[in-house]
Amino acid sequence: MTDAAALPEAPQSNTATAQPEAMAWDSKARRMVTIYLPLACFVLILLFPFYWMTVTAFKPNAELFDYKTYNPFWIGSPTLDHIKHLLFNTAYPHWLVTTMTVAVCATFLSLLASTLAAYAIQRLRFKGSQYVGLAIYLAYLVPPSILFIPLATMVFRLGLFDSPLALILTYPTFLVPFCTWLLIGYFKSIPYELEECALIDGATRLQILRQITLPLAVPGLISAGIFSFTLSWNEFIYALAFIQSSENKTVPVAILTELVSGDVYQWGALMAGSLLGSLPVAIFYSFFVDYYVSSLTGAVKE
Amino acid sequence: MSATTAPAWTKPQQQANWLVRLFDWKPFLAFACLLPAAGLLLVFLTYPLGLGIWLAFTDTTIGRSGYWVGLENFQYLLEDPLWWNAVFYSVFYTGIATIGKFALGLWLALLLNNHLPFKSLLRAIILLPWIVPTVLSAIAFWWIYDPQFSIISFLLVDKLGILDNYIDFLGSAWPARFSLIAANIWRGIPFVAISLLAGLQTISPSLYEAALLDGSTGWQRFRYITFPMLMPILAIVMTFSIIFTFTDFQLVYAITRGGPVNSTHLLATLAFQRGIPGGQLGEGAAIAVSMIPFLVFATLFSYYGLARRKWQQGEGND
Repeated sequence: MTDAAALPEAPQSNTATAQPEAMAWDSKARRMVTIYLPLACFVLILLFPFYWMTVTAFKPNAELFDYKTYNPFWIGSPTLDHIKHLLFNTAYPHWLVTTMTVAVCATFLSLLASTLAAYAIQRLRFKGSQYVGLAIYLAYLVPPSILFIPLATMVFRLGLFDSPLALILTYPTFLVPFCTWLLIGYFKSIPYELEECALIDGATRLQILRQITLPLAVPGLISAGIFSFTLSWNEFIYALAFIQSSENKTVPVAILTELVSGDVYQWGALMAGSLLGSLPVAIFYSFFVDYYVSSLTGAVKE
Repeated sequence: MSATTAPAWTKPQQQANWLVRLFDWKPFLAFACLLPAAGLLLVFLTYPLGLGIWLAFTDTTIGRSGYWVGLENFQYLLEDPLWWNAVFYSVFYTGIATIGKFALGLWLALLLNNHLPFKSLLRAIILLPWIVPTVLSAIAFWWIYDPQFSIISFLLVDKLGILDNYIDFLGSAWPARFSLIAANIWRGIPFVAISLLAGLQTISPSLYEAALLDGSTGWQRFRYITFPMLMPILAIVMTFSIIFTFTDFQLVYAITRGGPVNSTHLLATLAFQRGIPGGQLGEGAAIAVSMIPFLVFATLFSYYGLARRKWQQGEGND
């Protein structure tokens, strides 16, 4: 009751202060300072290393080490020397092929395993299926930095040391939990009634999986595939620990161990290598960016 | 019995061989579907995890299987100043980088939550640091942090005249530590921002309208609506972020390799250095295993700490 008595006064004073604020909020100048300016700073800082990488990759060495006479932010006379050096004097094309092979095979393997697992957990709903789901989720929380030493000894004993097969078999340890988790969420969104109809029509469960669930889950499969591909392309510690010979190295490892030699770093070649190594993921990503963002946010929301 | 009335209908049922029927039997199908994933994870994740813990109690080196030495590795580590240094820097690195990532990431998410032109393009650009291989962007940072040709030093000294001398980013302990943290924050912002943006977009606008009618200030709306509503997603993202920052390897290995004078070793890089090039597999495994208590603690802290807050604020604790 006392509230009701106090009410008529309170809004009065509130509108007096709130009104100008609401007006000011909409004003262009304020929006400029509070939104666009910080946003521009963020974008500038987030993109600067890539810009710097690109500029360095195409600069001739003379410009690279002389900021006084040349403008460091622009390329005076662009050159392809660094990229040429990379492609013809080093094993870079070989590294790219190895990385691509490993990433594609690991992605394929983990997609296969995790689609089946997600289907079993989400759709077959056997006793204890949610515990299996939880165990797979917990597996995602085990970081590779804890596993690489025992895995290295295992890889050695299995005779896979220095072979890309070691990477193809070990990458699923972090890909399968993630993809399964993502696909469980995706399967959940497909109406179960569709499968029941098919069951009544006499379809076997494998037919249902192949002809009904999988075609509907294509967007989920695509995003799981992109994630796996990017994650395997980025992987570093296993590739560093399990691969020794130069031609079997993946791009990130090879740039760091093969191109960095001696005391004088060839910054131009290093930057060109980083740029070329980032391009496949960036291109791949740009095609599927919407799937990527939605699955990233979707997976977090689960 | 219906074979006489509808032979065409039952025929496929009868023809189904034992293999098809086996795969249609639910327990077997579930088992068969789980087999590839479970097999991969058991062989290449669970077994190595156990093996790693066992190795930590042995004196295995490369090329020689070791003997059980009990807690000797851990006793040695407790007296090793390098290990203590790595523990300190791992905690420091995780702490500062997490605070930075979440403060800036939340800010960026709030900015992106406004009506903006080119929204999807902007998001695509912002995620770029996260998808590009860490090692490759770390090499770009290495070049940016170069003692002689650092572009940051050039700007600050020669263009703006704020400083007198070029900054020696990676040459001494503290600048190197902070340089690595800055690179880690740079890489972590996009993931945090995009995940929190997803959380922000699930908050119903009517809550803000109600609060506006009640005469709330912008800060009050953030403090009493945005923040509590974001808590569940914040807890999950933070758990992940802490785990993967604490066990980070790539960034430090690419930029400093633990130097100068071992001042920037994280536990993961120290484990690698002792274990693989150093050949002391047992000791390396012990260092890796010593990360586990920190990880369990961080997970429980960030998950339960934040989840309980959610419950206290009267939201349904699903």
